[in-house]
Amino acid sequence: MSSNITPITMPKFGLAMTEGKLASWSLPVGTEVSAGDELADIETSKITNGYESPAAGILRRQVIPEGETIPVGTLIGILADADVSDVEIDSFIKNFNDNFSSGETKDKASEETPRRIVEVDDLRISIQESGNGNEGTAVLLIHGFGGDVSNWMLTQSALSSSHHVIAFDLPGHGESTKQVGDGSPEGFAKTVESLIKILDLPNVHVIGHSLGGAIALELAKSSPELVKTLTLIAPAGLGQDINMNFINGFIEADRRKTLEPVLQYLVHDKNLISRQMVEGIIRYKRLDGVINGLKTIASASFPEGKQAVSLRSTLEKFDKPSQILWGEQDEILSAKDADGLPSTIAVTRYPDAGHMPQLEQAAAVNAIISSFIA
Amino acid sequence: MSKKSFRQAINEALRQEMRRDPRVILMGEDVAGGRGGTGVKDAWGGVLGVTKGLQTEFGEDRVLDTPISEASYIGAAAGAAATGLRPVAELMFVDFVGCCLDQIMNQAAKFRYMFGGKARTPLVIRAMYGAGFNAAAQHSQALYPLFTHIPGLKVVVPSSPYEAKGLLIEAIRDDDPVIFLENKVMYDDEEDVPDEPYTIPFGEANLTREGDDVTIVAFGRMVNFANQAADRLEKDGISCTVIDPRTTSPLDTGTILDCVADTGRLVIVDESSPRCNLATDVAALVAEEAFDALKAPIRRVVPPHTPVPFSTVLENLYMPSVEKIEAAVRSVAAYHVKEEA
Repeated sequence: MSSNITPITMPKFGLAMTEGKLASWSLPVGTEVSAGDELADIETSKITNGYESPAAGILRRQVIPEGETIPVGTLIGILADADVSDVEIDSFIKNFNDNFSSGETKDKASEETPRRIVEVDDLRISIQESGNGNEGTAVLLIHGFGGDVSNWMLTQSALSSSHHVIAFDLPGHGESTKQVGDGSPEGFAKTVESLIKILDLPNVHVIGHSLGGAIALELAKSSPELVKTLTLIAPAGLGQDINMNFINGFIEADRRKTLEPVLQYLVHDKNLISRQMVEGIIRYKRLDGVINGLKTIASASFPEGKQAVSLRSTLEKFDKPSQILWGEQDEILSAKDADGLPSTIAVTRYPDAGHMPQLEQAAAVNAIISSFIA
Repeated sequence: MSKKSFRQAINEALRQEMRRDPRVILMGEDVAGGRGGTGVKDAWGGVLGVTKGLQTEFGEDRVLDTPISEASYIGAAAGAAATGLRPVAELMFVDFVGCCLDQIMNQAAKFRYMFGGKARTPLVIRAMYGAGFNAAAQHSQALYPLFTHIPGLKVVVPSSPYEAKGLLIEAIRDDDPVIFLENKVMYDDEEDVPDEPYTIPFGEANLTREGDDVTIVAFGRMVNFANQAADRLEKDGISCTVIDPRTTSPLDTGTILDCVADTGRLVIVDESSPRCNLATDVAALVAEEAFDALKAPIRRVVPPHTPVPFSTVLENLYMPSVEKIEAAVRSVAAYHVKEEA
């Protein structure tokens, strides 16, 4: 009976998400949907994102109306075939909700974000671990300029089902120490190398985004034995140009009104930049030492408005599996920077994504990474 | 990042600035407790425990219990500021300012101007304000309009633990006298507050809600009331912008005018006495600068012009409330300019 009923629940975008707002339903009741069709827009404290249907069926019920904020896991809608009766659906909803409310308090404790501080070469590095620590090679996620672990909110949980995944805040970012050393990708790579050793990992699948891509390449150059595979998402280090309106604007803008247009360079779908995301970055930038750190990084990595270091030859010479993922609408680093590389390096481009395909095309990016590191 | 109370956020701001800068000192009545006696020291930590533990860490030379004489220690703090220290003096209840107004109004606020710009006065005066505590007429006033009226002072009215920590660190690092007012009912309010030091600039309002229909300007504890009212009204299709100016001096007039230009309707929530308060100030600003944008009369949600009553029933009646804000917003949202006959 109920095997033909699929519950649609409030998704969990990232480890820190505990509740979400059902901003809008994308389809009316009665629509036949396929897996992957966008069902609703979900707004969280970090991001607004489309929620794709996990299965096929007819959208029979919208249990939660638009505008309500509810805990992760709450039943929001029902997919079912046409032959399932309304009575069956009603009893399914009742059963689900009876069981859900009883389990709610238990879930809360187990969903605490697993953050901890690791002392690395006199720096305090905040890491966020997930997944099974005993299974295969771990995955290390390196964010870019001005980012933090939340850049991986749609990546980390997806990869955790099969791997031990470690995201961390670079020095000068998030909850890590705000000293950035010389601010160069090479300097950061040394910190990453120490982190990998302190965590006692023989080697890792490295995934680097933007400036984190350049850091991943520096790591591959200095300690190739630590890198099992290399996934570079819109990486720095392969070309010369960079959108300095983003870099300088990110450093200088100190109000929501001026920062929001700067952050919009990051994505193709400008609606992804939520009010809360802008507020979170303003709060980060107010922490002691952050602005100076960002200035140091910018002048070390992008002096005179150009990328200082070319790591093209490093990538060309690197003999482990390497791939590049890039949004064609990237407004910060051009996807053309991946042109002309040896054919051993797979390049995947996403027509409707900007600088952060791991957010804008999360499902596709997660799938390609999963099979690459399998 | 962790959950901290308003009290903890202020204690942490003081502690971090005292660690960072040896010139930062604390003074006030019972800010530690036990001075001059033979018993336990630092057991008190201020009348509501906000400065507890600071004397234990920084010693009696930097955390000074003073005699019950506001005129003497506020004056001493002004002098210490002018001669190189960065004192944070606690006035306990802001109502006690009557005992030391000359030291604040004619001395600290005027040094920079009277000495040809050569004097700096990096002084912070912390004090509790506000009704809702059954503390009666002499311990319940919201006197930020009094300080806002005096040129040469900066006046801060934080609305949450996050705001309190960042604004207090900004106040301590500022080279001018700052009056920092803490609502005594809010000390146990909690929210996520970064563990690291950070600053929030003065004169920059925060929008806690953004909407299209009505602008609400609220101060201190009233920001929370305004947010609750806005969330209720949202369900009925009235969307509000809520502005927390954070500082009444300097006042972010630009943000207020921008928001009124968008919504055309304004409600101001101010728990201080209604004559010559911040609500009248903001109303005058908008009437003068944004008259053409207004689609309805400006409404003020303020207490009556009377001393704060002691009785719980009367005090509740006296205070602005979520319900009163909601009613005011509904009235301006429903208002339509009458057609001329």
